[in-house]
Amino acid sequence: MMLIDLAANALASGAALGSIYALLAMGLAITFGLLHVPNVAHPAIVVAGAYAVALANGYGADPLLAALLLTVPFYVLGLGFYTFYSRAFELRGRGNSLQSLTLFFGVALVIEIGLVIAFGTDLRSVSVPYVGQSLSVGFVTLPYRFLVPALVTPAVILALWLYLTRTHGGLALRAVAHDERALSISGIDPSSVKRHAFGLATALAVLAGAALIITGPVDPFTDRSLLGRVFAVVVLAGLGSIPGTLVAAVLIGVAEAFVTTFVSPSWAPGVAFAILLGTLGLRPSGLFGASR
Amino acid sequence: MKINRREFAVLGAGVSAGLAMPAIWTGARAQGQPIRVGCSVSLTGALASTKNSLIGYELWRDDVNAAGGLLGRKVELVVYDDQSSPAAVPGIYSKLVDVDKVDLLFSPYGANLTATVMPLAKQRDRIIIGILTLASNDRLKHDKFFQAAPWGPNGAEDWARGFFDLAIANKLQRIAIIAADTEFSKTAAAGGKRVSEAAGLKVVMNQVYPPTLNDFSAILRNLKAAEPEAVFLCSYPPDSTAMVRGLSEIGVGESVKLFGGGMVGPQYASLLQTLGPALNGIVNFHLYVPEPTLKFQGIEGFLTRYQAIAKERQVDPLGFYIPPFCYAAGQMLSEAVKATGTLEEAKLAQWLHGNPVETIVGKIAFNELGDWTERRVLMAQFRNIAGNDLEQFRQAGKQVVLDPPALKSGDLVPFAKARA
Amino acid sequence: MMRTGTFATIAVLLGAAGFLLPQVVANPYYFYAGYVVLQYIVIATGWNILGGYAGYINFGTSAFFGAGVYTSAYLMQAFEAPLVVQIVAAALVGVALGVATGYLTLRIQGVYFSIATLALVVVLETVVHNTEALGGASGLTTIGPPPPAWFKGQTQYVFCVMLVLALLAVVIARWIETSWLGRGFRAIRASEPAAESCGVPTLRMKLIACAISGGIIAAAGAPYPSYAYHVEPVSAFGLLIALNALAMPLIGGTRSWMGPVIGAVLLGTIQQVATVTISSEYNILAVGLLLIAFVVAAPEGLLGLLSAVRGGVRWSAKPARKPA
Repeated sequence: MMLIDLAANALASGAALGSIYALLAMGLAITFGLLHVPNVAHPAIVVAGAYAVALANGYGADPLLAALLLTVPFYVLGLGFYTFYSRAFELRGRGNSLQSLTLFFGVALVIEIGLVIAFGTDLRSVSVPYVGQSLSVGFVTLPYRFLVPALVTPAVILALWLYLTRTHGGLALRAVAHDERALSISGIDPSSVKRHAFGLATALAVLAGAALIITGPVDPFTDRSLLGRVFAVVVLAGLGSIPGTLVAAVLIGVAEAFVTTFVSPSWAPGVAFAILLGTLGLRPSGLFGASR
Repeated sequence: MKINRREFAVLGAGVSAGLAMPAIWTGARAQGQPIRVGCSVSLTGALASTKNSLIGYELWRDDVNAAGGLLGRKVELVVYDDQSSPAAVPGIYSKLVDVDKVDLLFSPYGANLTATVMPLAKQRDRIIIGILTLASNDRLKHDKFFQAAPWGPNGAEDWARGFFDLAIANKLQRIAIIAADTEFSKTAAAGGKRVSEAAGLKVVMNQVYPPTLNDFSAILRNLKAAEPEAVFLCSYPPDSTAMVRGLSEIGVGESVKLFGGGMVGPQYASLLQTLGPALNGIVNFHLYVPEPTLKFQGIEGFLTRYQAIAKERQVDPLGFYIPPFCYAAGQMLSEAVKATGTLEEAKLAQWLHGNPVETIVGKIAFNELGDWTERRVLMAQFRNIAGNDLEQFRQAGKQVVLDPPALKSGDLVPFAKARA
Repeated sequence: MMRTGTFATIAVLLGAAGFLLPQVVANPYYFYAGYVVLQYIVIATGWNILGGYAGYINFGTSAFFGAGVYTSAYLMQAFEAPLVVQIVAAALVGVALGVATGYLTLRIQGVYFSIATLALVVVLETVVHNTEALGGASGLTTIGPPPPAWFKGQTQYVFCVMLVLALLAVVIARWIETSWLGRGFRAIRASEPAAESCGVPTLRMKLIACAISGGIIAAAGAPYPSYAYHVEPVSAFGLLIALNALAMPLIGGTRSWMGPVIGAVLLGTIQQVATVTISSEYNILAVGLLLIAFVVAAPEGLLGLLSAVRGGVRWSAKPARKPA
């Protein structure tokens, strides 16, 4: 009985945690998965988003509502960011992953220090009425600070999926990922589609930031510990698969929760990456990626 | 392909100018020149929240200089950013000692960063004040190391002993130990286990978790199932927050009378403000709280001045945890210099070993390893915290000192009762 | 490209000069700072063999570096092995780790490979955290026997050792560049399927590149315990190592052995100087901006910039600015 109890709880909290990982990785699933831009600054943008949300929360705004409004300026920021990026290489036809990696590492450092200068180095958090309470169903107890952000992810994924499959803009985006030249023949400017996608990814970062800061406090260097995990999620899912991101993230979350409960918490950080290494060795295209 | 010589020469010149600059200052050093005190501070990286230590040093320097300096000379600080990286520390301290020719040294913050400095300090036979480092001198036994923090003798294992003394005094039988996988936490957990077993307590759970863990529900469930009476928790700020949240979300069960001990985080204003009433009942270590039993000479004035600067620099607005001890570290040096009338390190060390120093954190006497002869880590219980107002933490009665007995300002209220 | 004779002469002279340096320069600080720069020459050169020549971008340089650090720390602690043994053992562990990584990632390319190496760092770090014999999170204090008297101090000694390693690494890199291996690597970088169809044994080449690169990077970590006297997982597996390993070749140029050397000397020195001059948040900000500026203004590194300027190619609307 005790065992079932623990397992059920591990499953619930692992799934919630995984769902949050998926939200953190969502922007990257677009930039990296669809556009093949290895945006290692994404976690830093997420943390910047978390700070923006915390700032709004300081004036009494609900973090998720604030994040929803903040998606607009972040979208614009993303457009600008991509314009800079594409000016830097893509138009010159010189972009390779080493250069983009280095560029984004540079950007991540600049964002970190920007946050330090603007907000100092102390941990920041938000105050919401539901923090400190939890939902109990039978013997499963799940804190609201995990549950609420975890529920945001499916909604975001649904919206994103509808957008990608049902709208022109979404189709164009997938087409860019698939075959850029064919798209430009059909009269659509691939670079404007990509700019839009980058804006979208950056807007998602602020939602992820809200989720992150509801779960627990952040400081300007939090992005460093997120970096590995979000990449693991995107690659495990298989590049380009948006719903796959959620499945992969939940898989990682649940695996970590089970290791924490039944083996030892000190082995948990290695779990995600052991799964990732195994997947890459056996099925390089990820769980849901098309074979290449 | 070759780089032409001119380009290399320009580069080289730029670089050597950068390196030589401090050497030029020190070249002209004479009797009237300032006394230089050097250290590294973690201005960036994972330990960046400890950068308020700088304010402690600066206020000490300002006070010494306002009183006419030391030996008629001004005091000057030489501070570099170690980026919280132990790999950067040896180079920085060599720069301080060999190029900047500083007269006296403070250590970096904490044990891991300091571990890379101690061999250098010992080889060069330099006096060095440890800044909240733990057991940094146990192995090398450098006779010119002095500790600024009140961990007491055998600090690595015993710094949190007050918590176990409380458990024993309150006749609690079953104890659970949960620690983050870091030096500071793990050694304290090991020490606590030893103390508990020696006193005949039963350790019902002994768990280490990685500092990056962000979901504590599994640990809390295992904890509840073990039905402990006392829970000793050694955690870092993010996990302290997660655990305190977990207390209200998942709970720890009715059996628990005493909870806390070694949580890093609830010493800082940001977490106090975030967690607010969720902290009630927790008994945790601290180095200073504004209780009437801790009215040391000068501490209140120091904190007032600190708080004005902290606000401007966006660092911890309370400053109870680290800065007073950095100021005291400075006082240890300035008192020794004043008493001996020299900068000769052997004489300073001899004086510090032989004479207690009056500081803003009380009177300190050192043993042969440079640790405080008496442990003075406080175990304080959060009481009557209402709302998230920061001002309340500046008042007495919010963090009641239970241990050590000499500084006690109240008795333990059982965990559940204090939270009700 | 430098002639082999000239190269050998310069290498020998540099080595000899290094060993005389402790007699001439009294101030140990320059050896501390120099050690770090030399360490990055080794790391960047090792990284470039896989990343620059073969085009496989290793995100997880710190896994190899950390493996080297811990191999030598363990040997020092458990068997009091001399530094030479530590270095050889660390290099062998690095080679083994490289081969293992190569095998595991045989079928994956491009960014997938990079992510796999990133995962390797976390897995190794977790293992170290959970291994009592390696000190777990507290780390190991590693105080070895005193160095030979000639060097006048531990730092001078490890500086000279690192200098030898740097020279060896550069010699290996240069040799690869001009040999059949280099041609094979370049073919892989250009197009793996094309190389395969031309009869290049791409999988074997990739394994060789991983092995050599891993061995060199791990060797760079071996003297670290003797340098810092204390090892712990955070600095052994630090992000900074991985970041510098890719930034330095990029800044210098990834096509020839000289690129990583120039990049390491330049960026390494700037970082060392910035640490003790700017010494604030602005230090990291400067490094970040420098990286961005380089990628934007000189995407092929200094060497690429130089050859573009020499060739009279105006590759940008703005006139290319010469360094310094």
